[in-house]
Formats: sequence, structure tokens, C-alpha cells
Amino acid sequence: MDWIVPFTLTVITASTPLLLAASGELITEKSGVLNLGVEGMMLVGAIAGFAVTATTGSAILGIFASVVAGVLISLIFAFLTLTLMANQVATGLALTIFGVGFSALVGSGFVGFAIDPLPSLSIPGISQIPVIGPILFGQDFLVYFSLLVVFGVGYFLTKTRAGLILKAVGDSHHSANAIGYSVIKIRYLATMFGGAMAGLAGAYLSLSYTPMWAENMTAGRGWIALALVVFATWRPGRLLAGAYMFGLISVMQLHAQGAGIHVPSQFMSMLPYLATVIVLVIISSDRAKIRLNAPACIGQAFRPAH
Amino acid sequence: MTGDAGTEAMTGAGHAQLEVRGVTKAFPGCLANDDISFRIEPGEIHALLGENGAGKSTLVKIIYGVLQADQGEVLWDGKPVTIHSPHDAREMGVGLVFQHFSLFETMTVLENIALAMNDVRDMEVLRKQVVEVEKTYGLPLDPDRHVYTLSVGERQRIEIVRCLLQNPKLLILDEPTSVLTPQEVEKLFETLRRLADEGCAILYISHKLHEVKALCQKATVLRGGKVVGGCDPREETAKSMAEMMIGQKLTAPDRGNDRTFGDVRLEVSNLSLASEEQFGTDLKDVNLTVRGGEILGVAGVAGNGQNELFQALAGETEQFAAPDNIKIDGTSVAHFGPRRRRRLGATFVPEERNGHGAVTDMSLAENGFLTAFRRMALTARGLIREVPTRSFADTIIKTFDVRTTGSGAEAGSLSGGNLQKFIVGREILQDPGVLVISQPTWGVDAGAASAIHQALLDLAAKGTAVLVISQDLDEIFAICDQVVVMSEGKMSRSRPMADVSIEEIGLLMGGLHDLDGDATPANDMLATGGRVDQA
Repeated sequence: MDWIVPFTLTVITASTPLLLAASGELITEKSGVLNLGVEGMMLVGAIAGFAVTATTGSAILGIFASVVAGVLISLIFAFLTLTLMANQVATGLALTIFGVGFSALVGSGFVGFAIDPLPSLSIPGISQIPVIGPILFGQDFLVYFSLLVVFGVGYFLTKTRAGLILKAVGDSHHSANAIGYSVIKIRYLATMFGGAMAGLAGAYLSLSYTPMWAENMTAGRGWIALALVVFATWRPGRLLAGAYMFGLISVMQLHAQGAGIHVPSQFMSMLPYLATVIVLVIISSDRAKIRLNAPACIGQAFRPAH
Repeated sequence: MTGDAGTEAMTGAGHAQLEVRGVTKAFPGCLANDDISFRIEPGEIHALLGENGAGKSTLVKIIYGVLQADQGEVLWDGKPVTIHSPHDAREMGVGLVFQHFSLFETMTVLENIALAMNDVRDMEVLRKQVVEVEKTYGLPLDPDRHVYTLSVGERQRIEIVRCLLQNPKLLILDEPTSVLTPQEVEKLFETLRRLADEGCAILYISHKLHEVKALCQKATVLRGGKVVGGCDPREETAKSMAEMMIGQKLTAPDRGNDRTFGDVRLEVSNLSLASEEQFGTDLKDVNLTVRGGEILGVAGVAGNGQNELFQALAGETEQFAAPDNIKIDGTSVAHFGPRRRRRLGATFVPEERNGHGAVTDMSLAENGFLTAFRRMALTARGLIREVPTRSFADTIIKTFDVRTTGSGAEAGSLSGGNLQKFIVGREILQDPGVLVISQPTWGVDAGAASAIHQALLDLAAKGTAVLVISQDLDEIFAICDQVVVMSEGKMSRSRPMADVSIEEIGLLMGGLHDLDGDATPANDMLATGGRVDQA
């Protein structure tokens, strides 16, 4: 049974970047903006975090840089789609392609660099308790922060007036505009939050998960995060469960190979997407249910009529 | 709250509640408001009249702070004010009930109200206030219901309640009755009169002149962005006000003296159909017949199955299992798509012009081609015959007085009324045996509307069976020979127009199916109180 602790630890580390990026995308989508550039924003966040940490030696500065980088690249998206009203799907795809190339360009000088991973929490006595010690009290702070983010997002959406306004903008931008809310401004903010969280998710990959830089190191996690938001039908509680489930699937893939169980790895990589497709089929058979959570204006450009 | 409004009105005596002086607003290519001035006293119900595009909505948006005027000033209680946003307007005491509701479907009534309130407050406190206002004004609403489950009348109540909660000194209503049954309209008027008695000024925007006459004490008439006159609606006739609005004489449609009806050309029997829309209405056992030369009106509040009926008739929803449900000239067609039905001589005009009735990015000639290519022989060996296609569009433009630069103009460049005339003309000129038309004059100005009405009457006189789906009872009374009413997907039996009163139709619209039976209003839309007490 001594495999349980390391197995659980790897599940947590595999789930954390998904949870961070998906929480940000959830807020973005709730405001009615579909940003398919998560993968690109994560990569830019990852290289920004790694480069700053490697040059300054400070992980805190690195994390800060990754958030700023995520916000900046999401601002490109916001400017194109919200101000210039470009098509969101096409712009999001372009953003990913841009992020892949740009991070590879910046990161070419950092391949092979080594940095210290983020320090883990260590409470003398408590973190050494068998099983629960390392799992609950031995993680780095981004893991705890990711949980805080998803609970914060849930609280924001259900309990606060600002959250209500955000949902209103995603539900009917014309109504929100008529009542006097600034649709474009609110969508900018929501998109920037999505960028910040994607950047942070990238930083977690390059500073903690595998403390190094490799081209395209996100390996499709941005796409899984996007699928996760739909899988969770835009609900933070399900997002948390889904992130850990998808994390578990990706870890099982490695462990299954290690244990000599011959499940094709392609099948395992396919599972998160397959699960999302199944969820989509189920929810579209009961449209009233999804309707209550899905932002009705998602992906639509807002043009105020006169 | 009511006391405050009263005393405020007293102290403001001598000043108008709202005065607009020389307001001008230009959009690229159009002067929407040109030097507009008028005033409203406290407690006055003031009508703002005008055709579509006369500048009413722009003016309202300026008063409510959604738009800023280029020139001119707005005076509130005699003092000049600048209204930067709806927030400012609400702070001042302006309430607005929107024409196209500004509601959020997936949120509850209470959340919708909270979103339009300026000051953040405790939801439980707000809930108590909402219930109190609902009781005071007899506007029953359950605060926890989701908007998408509500009827249109109930949705409008949300808008009114959320205005009332802010103790408005000026309440603006933009076309508030276009979606209500006559009984609901009467209920709304009671509330408005009561508010006016309490000193609240009311700016009432409508093109339903009978209602303006019944409710308002003063009117300002706009045309082409300018004020063209004022009047006391109580001393005018609906016709005289309509003529002021359009600036020319209005002729009532000529129904012809002896209408003779031929054989049944369109027959619908036992049509039941589950809606394909998310929150649509299922059709339940619909039966109707339209004879040649006859115009059948389908009345009803929007959302009671009219869209589903149109789609079933036009072949947009096919029924492969029961081809006999719909017959055109005796041929079973329920399993046919639109093209095969058109081949039998039926034509269709949907409610939505942009994207349903016409492709907005295409030219008028191309749009004419799309539905008429077979009947007007506009193709040869799979190729478009350019010359006849263009001349067909030119004929429509000429016959129906479509104001446009020519058949090459994009459909989207036409105003709503002109595009509607083009689409109606396109179907009528194909000389159909059966015409199904939905909301023929929705959003169309009075001049164009009367031209469309006349064209429908002329078409029927030639032996065509015409089915008109309309929310506008005036329209149904003006042109139809028979009327049926749709309510919750069910259809009342067909009755000759001469035998029914507007009140009877109103009751049917409210969901009372058997006029001859028990006459107690069964529908909750007509009931008051009840639900609030439970909440």
C-alpha cells in the first residue's frame, strides 16, 4: 500500500494546473467571452515564470512575471475580440499558435537550465504524519492557492453582486448594457482574470511540476482545461471534481505503463476529451439544465445598437 | 414611498418635472433627433408619438443616460442636468420600462431586480420591499422564479416593479403594451393612473393610438427626428393622430363589398407537434381551414405556439409520420419541406425579416431569386437567368413602392418597413394559391402597413387563401374574415370576424378556451393577489 501516498501526490500535482487554468476560463466564459487561447497563455506564463526565476533566482518574482505575462497576452485577445470585434474562436486559436511560437522563441536560451522547485509547505510534526501529512500539509503554496481560487470563484459567482453582474453580462449583453453596465469593460476584466490564471497554471508547470523549460511543455493541458469548463457545465464545484478526475486519468496513464498494464497510451490521453463529449451529449439532451448555467451570449461580439 | 413622491411633486410646482430643450443627436448618416423640445409636468401622462425611426427611442435613451445628446439641454425640476449614465438617471428618479425587456432569462426575478438597483442592499431586505410594492400595486410575482418560466406579461411586471422600487418621479414606458392581452393592458393602465395620481410623471411611448387616447392627457408628435406638433389625445381621433404621425392622409384598407369564398385551399387537422425550441410551445391538436378568397387571422400573445405553427405550415418542421395533417389544395403535404410546398403554389413570409425572410448580405435581386426561382422561371439549365431575376426584383420594388437604390442594393441596407414590403411583395407577386404570413406589419410604419394590408386584401380577392398570424388585434380586425386565437399551443375554433368582440378575443388570448362555457377567468394572468400572499 505504500504506493498510495506518492500516487496521490502526483494526482494533486497533475490536477493543479488544470484547476487554475479552468477556474480562470470559467470566469472568462461566464462573462460571455470564449478564449480558446488557454494553451498559448499557459505556455507564455510558463516561460515568463521560468525565465525570471532562472535569472533572478526568485520564484516569487517568477510567479509574479507569469501572471503579468498571462494578463498581457490575454489583453491582446481582449483588444482584438472586444474592441475590434474579431471572431473569438479564430482569435483564440491564433493566440494559442502565437503562444506556442513565442514561448519557444523566448525559451530557446533557457533549455537545459535547472532551478530549484517551489518549496513545499513543511510544518514540523504535522507534515510528517504518515499518509495525510505529506498529502494535506506537504504541498507547495500554488496547490493551496488553486483550491482557494476555485472556492473564491464559486463564492464570487453565487454570493456577490459583482458576480451577479458578470453573469448578467454573459447572459444578455444587450440587457446589461441597457441597464447601464459596461459590457466591454467587464469582459476585459474577466478575460484578464482568465489570462492571469492561465499564466499561473503555466508557472506551476515550469516552476513546480517539472522545474525546467521545454518547448510546448503544457502538452495539451490548456485544451483539457477548456474541455473541463464545459465538462463542469460552468459550475465551480464540478470544476474541482472534474480537474481532479482528469488529473487522475493522466496519472493513471503513466502508472499503468509502469505497472506493465497494456492500455494504449493514446486511449488514456483521449479520455478527458471523451468524457467531455459524453457530458455534452448528456446535457444537450436536457437543455433546460445546461441553460441555467451556460452563458447565453458566449462567443458573441457585443455591438451596442443605437 | 408614495408620500415622498407626492410632496416632491408639490415642492416642484411651477417647474416641469422634465423639460427637454433643443436636443439634437446625429448618428452617421442620420439625424435621429433634430432640435427636440417638450415638457412633462408632475402627475401628467404624456404620450410620445411617432413612426419607427421618428427618433423616439433615441430621445428616451438620451433621457435615460444611455446616449449623450450632441446639443441641447435636459432640465429636471427646472434645473439643467447632465445624465451620464442610466445610473445617474435612476439616481435622479427616472424609471424606464424597456420595449425589448432588459431581463436575464436564467436569473430569478429577485436577481433581475437587484441588477437594476443602484445601491447594493441586502437581498432579504430587497425581497421584502419587492413583496411590498407588489402588494401595494397589485402586481403579483414570485421573487424566486426564473425569468424564462414567466409569461410575457409577468416579465413586464418585473420591469415595472423594479422601477417602482426606486420611487420614480418620471416613469418612461417604451411600447409597453405590444405584448399584452387587452385585459393586461387595462390592468397596466390602472397602475399607471394610480402612479400619476401620486404625482409621478409618465412618458408613454406607443403607436397604439386607441390606448394613447384612453390614457394620456398630452401628446408630442415626432416625425423624422423633429417635433411636428402636440395635441390633447382625448380630443383627437386615432385617425387624426396617425395622420399627424405620418404627415399624410391615411386611407383605411378597402375590404371590398362582397367577399366570396371558394373551396378549402389550406387545411390543418389534428396537428400536434413538440416544439424544437428550447423554451418553445408544443402545438396541441390544432385544426383550421382557409378557403380561397378568405383571410384567416391567428391572434394570440407572442410565444403561444405561433412560431411553431408557422414552421409547421411552411415546412420548416416536417412531419413524416402524419402527412395528412396539413393539406394544400387537397394534397397531403405535412411530410414535405418548404420547396415541395412552394411547388404546390404556397408561399410563406416569416416574422423575422433579417436572416429568415431575407439574406441581409445579398442583393434584393438575389433575395427575390431565392424563393421565386421556380415559379417565376428564373433558372435555365441550373444557371441563374440574370435579366429576368433583376426585372422580377424591379417589379417588386415598383409595385410595392420599396424605397431603395435599386435591385442591386443589399437587403440589409433597407429599413425594416421597406424590406418587409419587398419580402411581402416577392411572395404576393408569385401569385400563390396559399399565403401564410406571420406578423405582416411588425415594426413597419403606418404608411407601409396600410399598403401591405391592401395588398393582402387584393390577393385574397383573386382567390388566394391567406393565413395571417398577428399579435396586433387592430390588424386582425382590419383585414381578416375569420379569426382563431392561439393560447399555450391550443387553438380556439374559428369564428367569423363580425361575430366576435375585442374583449372575447382578449379572454381567449389569456387562455380561456371555451367562451360558451364557464366565464370565470381561469388564467393566473388575470388573477391578482394570490401568489404574493403565498410568497
